[in-house]
Amino acid sequence: MNSYNFAYLDEQTKRMIRRAILKGLAVPGYQVPFASREMPMPYGWGTGGVQVSAAIMTPADRFKVIDQGSDDTTNAVSIRRFFERTAGVEVTETTTEATVIQTRHRIPEMPLTSGQILVYQVPIPEPLRFLEPSEVETRKMHSLEEYGLMHVKLYEDISQHGAIATAYAYPVKVEGRYVMDPSPIPKFDNPKLESPAIQLFGAGREQRIYALPPHTRVVSLDFEDFPFEANKADAACELCAADTSYLDEVIMDDAGHRMFVCSDTDFCASRRAAGHAGIQEAAI
Amino acid sequence: MKDMAPDTGVLLSVRGLSKFYGPRIGCKDVSFDLYPGEVMGIVGESGSGKSTLLNCLAGHLPTDHGEVLFSGRDGGLRDTLQMSEPERRMLGRTDWAFVHQHARDGLRMNVSAGGNVGERQMAVGARHYGAIRDSAIDWLGRVEIAEDRIDDRPTAFSGGMQQRLQIARNLITGPRLVFMDEPTGGLDVSVQARLLDLLRGLVREMGLSAVIVTHDLAVVRLLADRLMVMKDGHVVETGLTDQVLDDPQHGYTQLLVSSVLQV
Amino acid sequence: MIELRNVSKEFVLHNQDSAVIPVMQGAELQVHPGECVALTGNSGAGKSTLMRMVYGNYLADDGAIVVDGVDLVQAEPRAILSLRRQSLGYVSQFLRVVPRVPTLEVVAEPLLRLRVERDAAIARAEELLMLLNLPQRLWSLSPITFSGGEQQRVNIARGFAHSYPALLLDEPTASLDPLNRAVVLSLIEAAKARGAAILGIFHDAEARAQVCDRSIDVSQFTPRAA
Repeated sequence: MNSYNFAYLDEQTKRMIRRAILKGLAVPGYQVPFASREMPMPYGWGTGGVQVSAAIMTPADRFKVIDQGSDDTTNAVSIRRFFERTAGVEVTETTTEATVIQTRHRIPEMPLTSGQILVYQVPIPEPLRFLEPSEVETRKMHSLEEYGLMHVKLYEDISQHGAIATAYAYPVKVEGRYVMDPSPIPKFDNPKLESPAIQLFGAGREQRIYALPPHTRVVSLDFEDFPFEANKADAACELCAADTSYLDEVIMDDAGHRMFVCSDTDFCASRRAAGHAGIQEAAI
Repeated sequence: MKDMAPDTGVLLSVRGLSKFYGPRIGCKDVSFDLYPGEVMGIVGESGSGKSTLLNCLAGHLPTDHGEVLFSGRDGGLRDTLQMSEPERRMLGRTDWAFVHQHARDGLRMNVSAGGNVGERQMAVGARHYGAIRDSAIDWLGRVEIAEDRIDDRPTAFSGGMQQRLQIARNLITGPRLVFMDEPTGGLDVSVQARLLDLLRGLVREMGLSAVIVTHDLAVVRLLADRLMVMKDGHVVETGLTDQVLDDPQHGYTQLLVSSVLQV
Repeated sequence: MIELRNVSKEFVLHNQDSAVIPVMQGAELQVHPGECVALTGNSGAGKSTLMRMVYGNYLADDGAIVVDGVDLVQAEPRAILSLRRQSLGYVSQFLRVVPRVPTLEVVAEPLLRLRVERDAAIARAEELLMLLNLPQRLWSLSPITFSGGEQQRVNIARGFAHSYPALLLDEPTASLDPLNRAVVLSLIEAAKARGAAILGIFHDAEARAQVCDRSIDVSQFTPRAA
């Protein structure tokens, strides 16, 4: 423990990242470049999120990590252990107890509250990237607010699939200004982007940080005749019977049996602890 | 019957436009006025500065001297070279259009024909899918592309179809001024004819003004009301298209006209 | 309606040792509304050159060419374009059209350019083509592949589609059979009757005698060899 600075990164680096975060909070949805550091884990494993978490963490924080809603995947466990060892902070799996939550691909089901910080791991921060390969051009499009292309993408979806088929990383407009990629969360989570908590987005490989201050207006792009819908599988969790949470479809055996369960493990566990039971749980 | 042109003011007024590439002249001291509904051709051989001029006019290239005054919808003349970039880009997707020689420079090749045609509408705020699609279908029809090709990508189109798609994509927002760089270049002669016919019809019906750069004198004879002949970055002759071609005054124009193969 | 005052012109051939060829000097003429004036003179005397100058197709070096109040020697291109659209028609010997455009459209175009209702413009085109005995099956085809006589009739129909107050006719009856020749002459008579000023070149002496009020020999304007 003594061989590391608190939360692994040196203080100068943390200050640099904090400046980027503050700038991001001041200009919601704007991608701030930052000098991403090498971390003791590969790109794609959340190095952007880890650097943001490290820069904002204090010894008093309680830290939670979720990966696709789950606290117990390899990625979540290793990042949680990383901060346990390098920062010595308290860790938790309970959403309501955490002060800093690092996440990959989900927003917790329990509504976040003022004082909490949600840190997203972002693979590709640029929402226009798949339509316009030039970074110079996309930066210009952001600065001039030229977002017609974003709707071209949605148009293409409808013309090919009859509906907006984009199911995750669904683009949003922030405070009526910047179009932002909310990271690959399911579009079911998009409405939760309007939150009393601070939301920070870190892309390590792409070296970008962006942010949503509390209560920022976040609108999912759509067409008047094809409005945005935050949909989910039309089922209830087979463990806790929740019918309002985002569900994972899990294949149970080689015969192709499958079941729907909450993607948010903490949410599901706390409901079961409170006595809710789904059809599978009841059967056991 | 009332004529459109005389009682309306100038649409585009170019004053002393110059562009240098280091010590080399791109184009020098070009001035002209264009009125609503007029089509002006710019001819000259490769390297004469005609494409440089067109790109300066359209704001694609920085200009060294001069003014490009455009009459906005509010009626006032404004120097587009002094406009901020957002204003100029806005102009570029509303009142102005640019048709590239190579359709792939003016199209999104990985987006369907309908998406290509609808983009400018979405860029200026159209948010009703059905309406966007309906006007895309309408415009595909006007450039003679069958409705059932609307969801195909331009990569599946022939060269002539790509060019017509590019024209539809540009004209859908009802621009008042269209810049065209060799719009029929690289197309088969029969396809060229079809495109020329289409352009003439659109110019007449929409009251468009256009500046067309080409090295093809037959194209300007059929499309352009007025002609400007360029050589080594300078304008050597201007006038009515048929007058310049039939009674050229400058030695270079005489050479150019007499060099055309007769069919 | 059409007036030339002291008009002169020379061709300078820059690529042939800047040879200067004077072709016209001190040309004067007037055509009043309702009048048809023939240009005469030997081949090479400058009939076509003069006619082209009146249309603005050739530049005059000096003098004034005034049609419907516009001096073509001084006018801006757009003033000439506007004059051609509204007041000054020209039936040339050659048909120059965009390939693929149907004959009916070619004939109606002068009216469409004046923003005449499409139906009315097409109706007028049909009326003229009928009058000139152009078979109806040809109307939807491009005139590019037509015979000389057929092209000539398309050209005439196009020239008479709009009631121009001033009209230039370059050999309007050449390559026409007697029947259609008579139709064209009656069109000219009708144009005169409604007050058009017509300037024409007619090699056909009989036709000239029938429709022209007087002749002007252009060889009097031919510069004497220096």
